[in-house]
Amino acid sequence: MSEERQIQLEVLRYNPETDSQPRFQTYTVPCVNEWVVLDALNYVKENLDPTLSYRWSCHMAVCGSCGYMINGEPKLGCKAFIHEYGDHIRVEPLAHFPIERDLVTVVEDFIAKLASVKPYLIPKEDKPISAGEFKQTPAELMKFKQYTLCINCMLCYAACPQYGLVPEFLGPAAISMAHRYNQDSRDGGRDQRQEVVASDEGVWECSFVGACSEVCPKHVDPAGALQQVKVASTIDWYKEHLMPWVKK
Amino acid sequence: MEIIKTDVAIVGAGGAGLRAAIALAETNPKLRIALISKVYPMRSHTCAAEGGAAGVIKSDDSLDLHFGDTVGGGDWLCDQNAVEYFINEAPKELLQLEHWGCPWSREPDGSVAVRPFGGMKIKRTWFAADKSGFHILHTLFQTSLKYPSIQRFDEYYATDLLVDDGRCQGLAALEIRSGEMKQFQAKAVIIAAGGAGKMFPFTTNGAIKTGDGMALAYRAGVPLKDMEFVQYHPTGLPNNGILLTEGCRGEGGILVNKDGRRYLQDYGMGPETPVGQPVLKTMELGPRDRLSQSFWHEQKKGNTVSTPWGDCVLLDMRHLGEKKINERLPLVRDLCISYLGMDPVKEPIPIRPVVHYCMGGIHTDIKAATPVPGLFAAGECACVSINGANRLGSNSLTELLVFGRRAALSAIEHLQSGLPASKDAALSAQAKASEDRIRALFDRSAGAETVAGLRKEMMHTMEENAGIYRTGEELQRACEKIAELRQRYANLALTDKSKVFNTDLMQALELGSMLDCAETVAVGARDRQESRGAHQRLDFTARDDQNFLKHTLAYHHPKEPPRIEYLDVVITKSQPGVRDYSGAKK
Ligand SMILES: Cc1cc2nc3c(=O)[nH]c(=O)nc-3n(C[C@H](O)[C@H](O)[C@H](O)COP(=O)(O)OP(=O)(O)OC[C@H]3O[C@@H](n4cnc5c(N)ncnc54)[C@H](O)[C@@H]3O)c2cc1C
Ligand code: SF4
Ligand code: FES
Repeated sequence: MSEERQIQLEVLRYNPETDSQPRFQTYTVPCVNEWVVLDALNYVKENLDPTLSYRWSCHMAVCGSCGYMINGEPKLGCKAFIHEYGDHIRVEPLAHFPIERDLVTVVEDFIAKLASVKPYLIPKEDKPISAGEFKQTPAELMKFKQYTLCINCMLCYAACPQYGLVPEFLGPAAISMAHRYNQDSRDGGRDQRQEVVASDEGVWECSFVGACSEVCPKHVDPAGALQQVKVASTIDWYKEHLMPWVKK
Repeated sequence: MEIIKTDVAIVGAGGAGLRAAIALAETNPKLRIALISKVYPMRSHTCAAEGGAAGVIKSDDSLDLHFGDTVGGGDWLCDQNAVEYFINEAPKELLQLEHWGCPWSREPDGSVAVRPFGGMKIKRTWFAADKSGFHILHTLFQTSLKYPSIQRFDEYYATDLLVDDGRCQGLAALEIRSGEMKQFQAKAVIIAAGGAGKMFPFTTNGAIKTGDGMALAYRAGVPLKDMEFVQYHPTGLPNNGILLTEGCRGEGGILVNKDGRRYLQDYGMGPETPVGQPVLKTMELGPRDRLSQSFWHEQKKGNTVSTPWGDCVLLDMRHLGEKKINERLPLVRDLCISYLGMDPVKEPIPIRPVVHYCMGGIHTDIKAATPVPGLFAAGECACVSINGANRLGSNSLTELLVFGRRAALSAIEHLQSGLPASKDAALSAQAKASEDRIRALFDRSAGAETVAGLRKEMMHTMEENAGIYRTGEELQRACEKIAELRQRYANLALTDKSKVFNTDLMQALELGSMLDCAETVAVGARDRQESRGAHQRLDFTARDDQNFLKHTLAYHHPKEPPRIEYLDVVITKSQPGVRDYSGAKK
């Protein structure tokens, strides 16, 4: 299980202070087979080149820091197993995000989009803490549970061709998060979220490629969420324009 | 240097920092709040917590029982007035999270479900499957987005506190992206910067848990309290220290040695309970310190299983069945399969104790206030102390909430106390000194010392000499070695001389924090000549209430080892007794 193997780790390097454009640098790394790509990066940082910059923290696929393009695919560095790759592994920063330095990208755009969908409970009814919890059955919880699992790793944005073309697109994770709260039996804020989600840059931008769900390490299935939001928004539109007497 | 003026600055945006920020914003929407964090809030290590958060809510439970479990679990080193405040506030805080949308697991009737946890007499741990900390953190982060007065400074690294006129009045921080130093002037500062598990090589803690917050306060003159108490979690994956939550045992998983014996019965936690029917507060649901110590004894007896990653015992969950494992412990199954290639549904999982949690931290009173006016602390970096000599699993997540909020209220009280005007020149001079300290790292030409090299020596020293069982001789060696490393640290130079996102610099600063913390662990442990909770001495095997029913306070010195003082433990209603985890009690 623990035999060693040498790999060539080819890493994108870019330092805005000294480089006019990104370049690649290759390191020879002795790997234990059960390692993940992040272990190999850490090996480089500790033993070969302290100047390599990348984000990571938990090493257990839950903090969402370590999304990189690994052999061209968006992956978490701490969940990309060396044994699933050949002897040559290429690591680049997540696609569709500006490069800050080496594997570090600028992520403000994503954070702003997440915030824009009001990703917090807007309670249906006012209830003081002293009145206890909102009741929610396991079945009601199941309706949105999956969408709470998003770790904000942005792999889905790197995979989404539409986000690459139209940077204004809200994108898979933000829309899934809106959907998560909309589906929560305690929530009454859907109308407020629809202003953003059902806009041109919202759900209508999605062209249903489904790449987001394929790369999502937490099986959030953002494509499924988008589909549901689209259907619901279409119904809204019909109600508003063709059946104005029906209350939403 | 840019000056950013604010009312309250918070260092750290994990569970404790976010809870504090929200409490400030809710209590007084006019306050300017600066939330400063070296990583984006949702990357904070609170996300890794799996098991859950304790709070009394069910009718078969009582505040007194939670009190008793916590104080006994802490081997009577907890301050009992703090524990009382904590358990009273706990249910409100967990309900508050529910009202903010936290997806707690539920009973069929829609009420919140609770699960058993080690050292707790009654089931009282609220959980969100086995991703409780993750959901708490994201619920708090997302809720914080409601409040425009919370201004975030993501990826800013706090380097020094500004203390003038005997009051804390802000901090200096490095904007990681640009490499520029910023001066935050604040009327109050709350430190919520998390633990320091990374002093050790084998830990459940993420890369960011380097004790920065503790070191910030320590260097500013606040003592670090009870640092010698470092908790090992009994069940870590042997190859990388990833934690398998206590929920595994709460749900009925058992621990066996190489002969298949449930060895815990040989260490005062028997008699054996029926497989798959866990009994609270005994056998596998004994407290963490006892379980980790039993492993050490089994290893000495040659009863452990040898694996490519060292000696292990086995966590057997097969009898729980696939359905229950998928429902209650989905992350655990995923982690075992992904990182070890073993499926708990089909085979027992090798595990060993792993460094997990710092009971010690920044000395605060029960209002989360440090001895320096204007400076408050909450969360794992603080020591109130509700955890005493051994934290009970699932008390920490609740502590973040209760004392995160408490720190915010205390900061507001401080703001209302009629503070004199601050002296800009004095604060700027201190911020400049902080900048100079960092510049020196750049200016020094590369010598013999590297960050990775010193860090390795520190980790090795701590593991070898300050682990589960300790002796005076080993601890003395640790003290000397860490003192030497601190000296050598003064000659450290950076390899990376660029400004933008310089992680070589960050790691150098983090190493400085860890060395400060490590020295307080080693010195505190050497001087505590008794065994209590997580601090076990082979040369002083008994608890000594005569001399050591006291908190250790370590005071910083720039060159010398810390000065140690002691402070009496607050006892209100529970006199020190025997910790009995045998099922035969009653
Ligand atoms: C794997 C694991 C499982 C756990 N499971 C449980 C459980 O089931 N139940 C339980 O009660 N407890 C559990 N714990 C313990 C608990 O999760 C932690 O004690 C708690 O989450 C710490 O929260 P915090 O807010 O104090 O710090 P953290 O969440 O670690 O956050 C620290 C913050 O400080 C910031 N920071 C640090 N240094 C600086 C600096 N120099 N400048 C700026 N910002 C800085 C970081 O960016 C971060 O935002 C677990 C711990 C681990 C590791
Ligand atoms: S939806 Fe999935 S891929 Fe997208 S950010 Fe969330 S966890 Fe990552
Ligand atoms: S390091 Fe946290 S997700 Fe990979």
